[in-house]
Amino acid sequence: MEYQAKMVFAKHGVRTTVGEVVTTPEQARAAAEKIGGRVVVKAQVKTGGRGKAGGVKLASSPDEAEEQAREILGLDIKGHIVKTLNIVPAAAIAEEYYFSFLIDRANRDYLCIASAAGGMEIEEVAHTNPEAVAKISIDPATGVDEAKGREIAEQAGYPADVLDAAAVEIAKLYQVFIAEDASLVEVNPLVKLADGNVEALDGKVTLDENADFRHPEHAEFEDASAEDPLEAAAKAKGLNYVKLDGSVGIIGNGAGLVMSTLDVVAYAGEEFGGQKPANFLDIGGGASAEVMANGLEIIISDAQVESVFVNVFGGITACDAVANGIVQAFELLASRDEHVDKPMVVRLDGNNAEEGRRILDEANLPGLERVDTMDGAAKRAAELAAK
Amino acid sequence: MSIFLNKDSRVIVQGMTGSEGTKHTTRMLASGTNIVGGVNPRKAGQSVDFDGKDVPVFGTVADAVKETGANVSVIFVPPKFTKDAVLEAIEAAVPLVVVITEGVPVHDTAAFFAAAQASGTTRVIGPNCPGIITPGESNAGIIPADIAGQGRIGLVSKSGTLTYQMMYELRDFGFSTAIGIGGDPIIGTTHIDALQAFQEDPDTDAIVMIGEIGGDAEERAAAFIKENVTKPVVGYVAGFTAPEGKTMGHAGAIVSGSSGTAAAKQEALEAVGVKVGKTPTETANLMREIMQGLSK
Repeated sequence: MEYQAKMVFAKHGVRTTVGEVVTTPEQARAAAEKIGGRVVVKAQVKTGGRGKAGGVKLASSPDEAEEQAREILGLDIKGHIVKTLNIVPAAAIAEEYYFSFLIDRANRDYLCIASAAGGMEIEEVAHTNPEAVAKISIDPATGVDEAKGREIAEQAGYPADVLDAAAVEIAKLYQVFIAEDASLVEVNPLVKLADGNVEALDGKVTLDENADFRHPEHAEFEDASAEDPLEAAAKAKGLNYVKLDGSVGIIGNGAGLVMSTLDVVAYAGEEFGGQKPANFLDIGGGASAEVMANGLEIIISDAQVESVFVNVFGGITACDAVANGIVQAFELLASRDEHVDKPMVVRLDGNNAEEGRRILDEANLPGLERVDTMDGAAKRAAELAAK
Repeated sequence: MSIFLNKDSRVIVQGMTGSEGTKHTTRMLASGTNIVGGVNPRKAGQSVDFDGKDVPVFGTVADAVKETGANVSVIFVPPKFTKDAVLEAIEAAVPLVVVITEGVPVHDTAAFFAAAQASGTTRVIGPNCPGIITPGESNAGIIPADIAGQGRIGLVSKSGTLTYQMMYELRDFGFSTAIGIGGDPIIGTTHIDALQAFQEDPDTDAIVMIGEIGGDAEERAAAFIKENVTKPVVGYVAGFTAPEGKTMGHAGAIVSGSSGTAAAKQEALEAVGVKVGKTPTETANLMREIMQGLSK
């Protein structure tokens, strides 16, 4: 969220105003009193377009700040409910610019996008006035210092009188990008204040989860309250799960195969009144009984789920191990006093598939059907969900 | 013939003595890969017995290369140490470095990819990939060698399990080389690199290309195919049902706003004449028709 981005900016010496972070109208009043003068009350949600949605308002007194806060708290901005507000002094802004560093997937290096047209959605500027947007490739080996920062500011078309100040901030923003392991550092707007200083007025930072091992402090930025409860429960069990809006619960191995399974189910589901996948769940290699049981537990606790499809291709994992995992998962769930009360279709193919299928047949688990092709199994799972 | 990897490949394993490294070195050896050494500074001078084959352990990649003439390194070290391991292999001028490790910070990948580019000698495959197999000749990574044998189809895929699934579907034809390039935002070898190599490989007749949501690699591959690839290509794209803004397992598999969607990728591929299957099986059947047509 914005205030968190600004806290990260401040940590690396980027000029910004973090202000006060509050969660009630009364706190908003107190914050406005503390800051003094005119303040801006800003909704803190992880999405853009807050201004248009009525989530950013100017208040000229503590009374007004309290009133604005009451209106903004609880707003639904693109599916995000406002629970936190950032109160900052109203700045005397002379000009607004756009600035960002991001990972360039195509060139496999870094990209800086900068424009003298700030405050708007940059995609929109790029669309309507592409010449106003500078895209500058950054070599990870050489990076960005103040000299490079000045070059960037010039290319972006920032006015001559802010080039030096902007160069300093750009070099520091690059430090944020690198030192925090960010995949995106965006400042929109970067502003020239009436006093000539350049400041990051609003920002967004996307952190690379893969780098969490060297940033234990990043854990505090996770917003558990915004997460879907099933996703939160899955995360607590170490499962790679995404909740979707559908009726066929999915368990599979490997991100690509699971994504493909969702598509194949949706495709097959067209025949059965538009049945759709209920979730993404990749149990990875191994497929131990415990992981299988944990996965099933999450899926059967999803009230939308009408059928379950377990799709495993035994590459490195042997299908007999997966079959044993399923059998033991049923036992494990029974011991937790839970039961798979929804029909389940299992497709096992690849390494030791014959043996895996035999184990499932012998176990004769209630409600479990075996279908040996991916397309056939997806169709059956969709059909069962429609019943 | 094949691409990037063949019977003359001399393979070392960085992280061979770890649990994943040991398990997969055993499997690679069993599938006939010429593994000439492992690297672990703490176990230099020792050797490891893999079902009767003694594999020496070297202290550095440079030592391993000097002693064995290794030209491929497969990396299994944990994410924390991956960057240094890859940089060491680049430093030692290893021509092919296959990074299996999942969970490498993207800035680390950016750094070692830049170093590989600057070296002019090292090709990196991965990270977060299953590696590369030239059936019957060599296997550098974790792709199970018994799924499919030698043949004339080239396969390039962002996903590991979809690679296995597709090899299994087309096991009656077999593969010249199958390569899993990985699903991270920055990868060392792209669809385009593999397409170009398959196009130039006299022993590849047709190509299967598997993509997924995120980025625009498939769109760029489509543009490349239009200009440079004359061999038949069939495609598959995973993630039509993926919601916007959610990472689907792979770090790079995310639809951001309207970019990176499966529909856009399918459209781009079909626009250049690539047939795109709705399911992996349908995709395999499209390739089956092509191969049967070619053999007539």
